[in-house]
Amino acid sequence: MASAEHHGPLSQFEIKTLLPIHLGEADISFTNSSLMMVIALIGITLFLLLGARRRALVPGRWQSMVELSYEFIVGLLRDTVGPDGRRYFPFVFTLFMFVLFGNMLGMIPYSFTFTSHIVVTFALAAVVFVGVTILGFVKHGVRFFAFFVPPGISVALWPLMIPIEIISYLSRPISLSVRLFANMLAGHTLLKVFAGFVPVLGAAGVVPLAFVAALSGLELLIAFLQAYVFAILTCLYINDALHLH
Amino acid sequence: MPQLEQVGTFLSQLVWLFLTFGILYIVMKRSALPRISQILATRQERIDGDLRRADEIKTEAESVLAAYEAAAARARAEAQDILRDSAERFAAEAAEKNEALGRRLAEEAAAGEARIGAAREQAMADVEAIAAELAGLAAERLTGAPTDRSSAEAAVAQVVGGRG
Repeated sequence: MASAEHHGPLSQFEIKTLLPIHLGEADISFTNSSLMMVIALIGITLFLLLGARRRALVPGRWQSMVELSYEFIVGLLRDTVGPDGRRYFPFVFTLFMFVLFGNMLGMIPYSFTFTSHIVVTFALAAVVFVGVTILGFVKHGVRFFAFFVPPGISVALWPLMIPIEIISYLSRPISLSVRLFANMLAGHTLLKVFAGFVPVLGAAGVVPLAFVAALSGLELLIAFLQAYVFAILTCLYINDALHLH
Repeated sequence: MPQLEQVGTFLSQLVWLFLTFGILYIVMKRSALPRISQILATRQERIDGDLRRADEIKTEAESVLAAYEAAAARARAEAQDILRDSAERFAAEAAEKNEALGRRLAEEAAAGEARIGAAREQAMADVEAIAAELAGLAAERLTGAPTDRSSAEAAVAQVVGGRG
C-alpha cells in the first residue's frame, strides 16, 4: 500500500529535496537533511555567541549553559587524554555540539534527524578514524604499529592477538557510526510506531500517548547520551593515538 | 529503509555535512571558543586577584595585630615599672619620715628626762636648805638660844648624807 508506506514509521527518515542543485552529474541538492544541518550550524553559533556576548563576570542562565558545555568538553578531554589533549579541543567540541544539536533538533516533531542516517554518522566516524590514525603515525611513526601488540602477552600469542587487535581497530568507525545511527533510528521509529496507535485506539489512545510522552523524555536523554558517547570515544581514540595503550 | 535505499542522496548528504561541519569548526575555533575561554580566564584572574588581595590584607591585619600586642606589652611593662618605682619611693620616704620622727621623739624624751633630773636636783638642794633653816628654827625654839646657821646646815647635810 503506497499511502501506508508513505506514512509508515520509516517515512520520517526519507530525504526530500528542497532545492535541487546539480554540479554536472553530481546531485548535491539542498534537502531536508541539509536544512537541519544548516539550522544546527546556525543554532550552535547563535547559542554560543549570543550566550557569551555579555562576557559577564557572574554569568546568567544562558551564559552558564554556554560555559557548562565548554567546560564539559574541556573536562572530558582532560580526563581521558590529559593536558596534551588541549589541541584537539575545538574538533571534539564541534563534533559534540554538532551531534548533540542534530539529535536534539530531531526531537522536534516534523523535523528531521540528520544523525539517523548511516552515511552521515559513518562520515563523521571516518573523519575521526582517519584523523586519529594519521595523528598516531605523525606522533610515533612506525612505532604506532606497536599499538596492535598488546602489552604483557607472550610472543606465542602474537599471531592470534595481533589480528584481533587490528580487526578491533578497524571496526572502530563502524561501531562508532552504527551506535549513533541505530540509536536514533530505533528511538524515532519506536516513537512513530506508538504515536500511530494513538488515533487508531480512540479513547484508549491515551495509553500509547502517555507511553510516547515518557519515551520522548527517554529519547531526549539518549540524544544527549549518544552525543556524549561519540565525543568520549573520540577522546579515547585520540588518547590511544597519542599515548599508545 | 531510506537510509540504505536513497543512495542517490548520499553525495548531497556528505557535501552538506562537510560544508556545515567545516564552517562550524572554523566558527568555533576562530570566534566562539576563544571568546568563552577569555571569559573564563578573566574570571579566573579576577578570583585569583581577589584571593591574593585577601591574603595580603590578612597578613597586613596580622602584622597590625602583632604591632598592637607588642605596644600593649611594652605599655604594660612600663606601667609595672612605674608602679614598682613609686612603691619603692613611697616606702623609702615613709621609712625616712618614720626614722626622723623616732629620732625627734627620742631627743625630746631625752631632753625631758634631763629637765626632770635638773628639777629634781634643784628640789633636793632646796630641801636641804629648807631643812637646815627649819632645823635651826626648831633648835632655837627648843633651846632658846640662837643657833649657828652653818652648824645647822652641817647637821642636815650629815643626816641627808647618812640617808643618801
